[in-house]
Amino acid sequence: MTTGGGPLLEVRGLTVHHGQLRALDEVSLTVGAGEVYAMIGANGAGKTTLLRAISGLKASTSGAILFDGTDVRALRTERRVAAGIVMVPEGRRLFPSLTVEENLQVGAAYARPGAWNIDRVYELFSWMPERRKQLAAQLSGGEQQAVAIGRALVANPRLLLLDEVSLGLAPVIVRRIYDTLPDLLASGVTVLLVEQDVSQALRVASHVHCLLEGRTTLQGEPAQLTAAGIEDAYFGLNATPGAPA
Amino acid sequence: MTWVNSIIQGILLGGLYALFACGLSLLFGVMKVINLAHGDLAILAGYLAVGVIAVTHIPTVWSFIIVVPLFAVLGYLGQRTLIQASLSRGVLTTLLVTFGLSVVIENALQQFFSANSHTLGIGSLISDSLHIGSQITIAYLDLVIFLVAVVVLLGLQYFLSSSRQGRLIRAVADDREAAQLAGADYRHIFGIAAAIAFATVALAGIAYGMYTSFNPASGTTALLLLFAFEAVVIGGLGSLWGTLVGGILLGVVQQLGAQVSSDDQVLAGQLLFLLILLIRPQGITTSRRTA
Repeated sequence: MTTGGGPLLEVRGLTVHHGQLRALDEVSLTVGAGEVYAMIGANGAGKTTLLRAISGLKASTSGAILFDGTDVRALRTERRVAAGIVMVPEGRRLFPSLTVEENLQVGAAYARPGAWNIDRVYELFSWMPERRKQLAAQLSGGEQQAVAIGRALVANPRLLLLDEVSLGLAPVIVRRIYDTLPDLLASGVTVLLVEQDVSQALRVASHVHCLLEGRTTLQGEPAQLTAAGIEDAYFGLNATPGAPA
Repeated sequence: MTWVNSIIQGILLGGLYALFACGLSLLFGVMKVINLAHGDLAILAGYLAVGVIAVTHIPTVWSFIIVVPLFAVLGYLGQRTLIQASLSRGVLTTLLVTFGLSVVIENALQQFFSANSHTLGIGSLISDSLHIGSQITIAYLDLVIFLVAVVVLLGLQYFLSSSRQGRLIRAVADDREAAQLAGADYRHIFGIAAAIAFATVALAGIAYGMYTSFNPASGTTALLLLFAFEAVVIGGLGSLWGTLVGGILLGVVQQLGAQVSSDDQVLAGQLLFLLILLIRPQGITTSRRTA
């Protein structure tokens, strides 16, 4: 893979259907290497659908998903993983009957070469080595989320998709998980995340993108956005200028 | 002493049941496929051995060297084409497809080999036995089949819990989508699981052919599928080590039933099955242990 100096991920006019329902309507976004790009929006806005379409778990109707300049829309999920797109799915989705270590080993089974391995994940989450023989199902929600992130990291992603990592977790645990972001970025990983908690997203992201009913209502750097503007875009209170028709 | 003998014979018979049930347990545990053609596949393997022996003239006991790998390939290809296609269309479709497969195999065998019974002749091994005291007689064949069953089931359990491929199979069984997100092609891994399952069915079919005579309908009429199902359920769904225990328990209870009256052999097994469903529906061992 060559990096042509262009963006790492460019989504163009992506439309996705759930049956008859248009879950994503001509959504476009550009994620540069090294960014933390946050998708925000209410329940059902299409954020998770977007990540699933990028990872290949959900087929898209039309549009393009350019990863490092190559359209990956026709590739199956596992081929996209091999290219460097790795997702931490909503609800963590660990293998419950496998131990912590086995979960990580499965994540590493088809890994690209790179800086991350199981030992480095154990350094990142220092509690993990002594619990490595425990079944994933026996961990707390926050611990499971950490293992899920570790399982994705050991595949050595270039683009890490994080879907709702804070869902169902106590704020202090969420903060601890987000505190690992700088380590990830330092290792050269680019992050595209979905977050319902807007203040959390604004705190960590270099770019925020708001969806409402499958359409883009607002996007920009956190510093350029106003609380009122975000609120409008999030809830669709007013017709927001700049939104695609 | 006759009771002790019954228990020993039951344990040995249970080995054969467990060997039969192993492939069923694996297919269900990994891809939630209930393979209604399981018994017929075993009989197909028996006939394949008959054909292989007729063509190559190798000794009967060694026919598995050819038949088992052939069945593994058949399993992989069958999974990637027929079973995978039906899996994507829902649980009922896999039931219908495997049921159809069962009918097709039975009739194709009748077409090619006629409805007459066949056996896999193994010469004196069929009658040679070990005598312990005056009451207990252990046939070498029964003992060999039992040992093969134990080695296969424990070996598979070890493979699943300790090897990289086994770990991937368990991961795919747990969560197909999450395994895809780890870069695994679940279709390929299903194929490997099916190849292993088919290989064990082939072994079971050959063992059965040495044990007794079979005809194209034996896959359904000999209650093989039923006993295999019962062994799986008694032991606990998805656990191979449980399947071994379930098969042995079923064998012992059947033999004890036969001790009371030869009519009661099958009935005793069914009663055990119902009893387990009543008091411990999850099976004797819990499902899918990793250690």
